[in-house]
Amino acid sequence: MDLTPTEEEREFRARLREWLAKVLPELPAKPSPDDWPGRRAYDAGWQRRLYDAGYAGLHWPVDAGGQGAGPTRHLIFLEETERAGAPYVGANFVGLLHAGPTIAAEGTAEQRARWLPPVLRGDEVWCQGFSEPGAGSDLAALRTRAVRDGDEYVVTGSKIWTSHAEVADWCELLVRTTPVDADTPKHRGITWLAMPMDAPGVTVRPLRTLAGSTEFAEMFLDEVRIPVGHRVGAEDDGWRVTMVTLSFERGTAFVGEVVACRRTLGELARTAKANGRWDDPVVRRALGRLHGEFGALWRLTQWNVGESERSGGVPGTGGSVFKLAYSHARQELYDVAALVLGAGSLALDEEWVLDRLSSLSYTIAAGTSQIQRNIVAERILGLPKGR
Amino acid sequence: MDFQPTEEQRDLRAGVRGLLAARYGREALRASVESEVCVDRDLWRRLGDAGFFALRLPEAEGGVGLGLPEAVLVFEEAGRALVPGPLVATHLAAGTVPGAAAGTAVVTASDLDGSLVAHWGEADAVLGLPGFASTPAEPVRSADPLTPLHRVASAPVPGAHRDEGALLTAALQVGSALRTLELAVRYAGEREQFGRPIGAFQAVKHLCAEMLVRAEVARTAVYAAAVTGDPGETAAAKLLADEAAVRNARDCLQVHGGMGFTWEADVHLHLKRAWVRAEQWRTAAEAEELLATDLLEGAV
Ligand SMILES: Cc1cc2nc3c(=O)[nH]c(=O)nc-3n(C[C@H](O)[C@H](O)[C@H](O)COP(=O)(O)OP(=O)(O)OC[C@H]3O[C@@H](n4cnc5c(N)ncnc54)[C@H](O)[C@@H]3O)c2cc1C
Repeated sequence: MDLTPTEEEREFRARLREWLAKVLPELPAKPSPDDWPGRRAYDAGWQRRLYDAGYAGLHWPVDAGGQGAGPTRHLIFLEETERAGAPYVGANFVGLLHAGPTIAAEGTAEQRARWLPPVLRGDEVWCQGFSEPGAGSDLAALRTRAVRDGDEYVVTGSKIWTSHAEVADWCELLVRTTPVDADTPKHRGITWLAMPMDAPGVTVRPLRTLAGSTEFAEMFLDEVRIPVGHRVGAEDDGWRVTMVTLSFERGTAFVGEVVACRRTLGELARTAKANGRWDDPVVRRALGRLHGEFGALWRLTQWNVGESERSGGVPGTGGSVFKLAYSHARQELYDVAALVLGAGSLALDEEWVLDRLSSLSYTIAAGTSQIQRNIVAERILGLPKGR
Repeated sequence: MDFQPTEEQRDLRAGVRGLLAARYGREALRASVESEVCVDRDLWRRLGDAGFFALRLPEAEGGVGLGLPEAVLVFEEAGRALVPGPLVATHLAAGTVPGAAAGTAVVTASDLDGSLVAHWGEADAVLGLPGFASTPAEPVRSADPLTPLHRVASAPVPGAHRDEGALLTAALQVGSALRTLELAVRYAGEREQFGRPIGAFQAVKHLCAEMLVRAEVARTAVYAAAVTGDPGETAAAKLLADEAAVRNARDCLQVHGGMGFTWEADVHLHLKRAWVRAEQWRTAAEAEELLATDLLEGAV
């Protein structure tokens, strides 16, 4: 057990800190949360700067266009960028944090060369077409059909809750290539495809979130033709590939946000001191408690990263443990923020009020808390399957 | 940086686990409850021989020369086995109270707020309180059958050892939380109702999953505090470990149903001990206040 940085890690941190101090003041103003094209341009611009400075895809394998750095360096990157208040991955979330890593792990050399560099450069944005109106938690119940026609799949069906679909170029799409019948378990017969969002037959209809924004969308697919070469993994083997994607999504995709929460907590403490709420021991103690909890979650992240490094790179079920603890702590954080701000917490023009609203999604998106608990109970604790 | 335990650290932990399994298994635990002899002097000496108390004493002073990370690993094992007695105070006394390092002396501390002191009647010394034998003390019936209490007129909390005492106590709590999780999972896999193991029911499964989450978060907090020695991290470790131990014991009791409410099941022993430890060295309120100050001062 050792948490002291190596000389190399110290140097990396110092260099990054210096670079951030130079580039952050040069960034354009943040677009409004509802302006998706503006947000995409902003996020892509930031990604491009990272790329040019050699900070893109730090922990991606070198043959996938990454820097091949160890996960510890990636953690330092997340810590420093958050501490400095740098932009978050935003529209690049899916490409950088799970579609990209999945293609790096499961794609052919050709596929890696085609799709990964543009993600790293910020040129192409990805979205995730997994959920359907009838298949959320029960993802394997998906019904969007793909029928083989020569060198193409012809895809028909619909997807829902697709984040960033409005501005995405590519979609990691799950389709059913073999219909379910009495003999095939529904997990078989699923295939993982990369779908260009501008293909004929794709219609995107934005959905309004409870925060008032159009964060996600519904997608209608009407005989969309996707080349067979866009398939990652074998036909009907998509469930296994999906598990790789989900392990990245649950295991590492939220890591950077822990640092963001710690920063928010510090700001809240200062606000409470300024507005007098700090004198209320209930408020003070709640802040102290969350400070302890988020500190522990950051350490849990370092622990999990060490573990996945030892076991070959794909995050394990420890990601579900982290996601459960983190998603609930994040919601508590914003409830305590409301305690600090009192009626001020009703003013929508405050950025953190929007964050409070969006925090409500964390116990649902990427697998609900109930589903995570099932995973922990069955796969880690070995309890019997059941209902 | 590699936060995972080293091979030597794993071996050390396995060694202590083996020793405790052989010397303080379930029968020994139940025998101490029956006999009301909480501190088993022979076990105490064996722990001393194994280096449990002298673990952090420099080799030049006859110790093992290891640090807090190793100490929390072995205390976690003692918490898992629910070893009674003032383990933390005796460990802290190694090097200052004769016999503590070797386990030939039993040393307690007035680490509870107020006037209650644990194991007063069984101790040879009280940390930081010379001449304690002449101090008037009155026995008090204790909620935990394995932690006898005395009421003492003046019992100052030994400030110098507060952080280390809190951290080692947190490690005991984590061990207990992991143990009650194991007990719950085992029972959930064995006990059948409605024609299937109760662990197949989601309501039960989810209780167990939450137990794991609590224990894992607390465990990393304890390990991290042991590595950094940071007072804020130590306070967080105590806070989270107290909660993990108390709430896991409760959930374990719930999973055991009526059986959980009996004297025969071990669950109540874990719960009562967790309550005692939550009051030792640093309470939740103190930890939260300390963390709040830490936050405001921008230690992040
Ligand atoms: C902000 C946001 C962004 C999202 N982005 C994307 C995206 O980009 N791409 C994508 O594909 N999907 C996305 N999702 C979808 C997300 O993955 C699903 O919402 C989630 O998996 C839950 O599915 P559902 O909404 O159909 O709820 P349901 O599955 O209908 O669940 C409803 C309730 O029933 C409970 N439940 C269901 N099954 C069980 C069970 N077996 N045991 C116990 N309880 C159960 C759930 O926990 C929940 O409380 C997003 C969701 C949100 C909120």
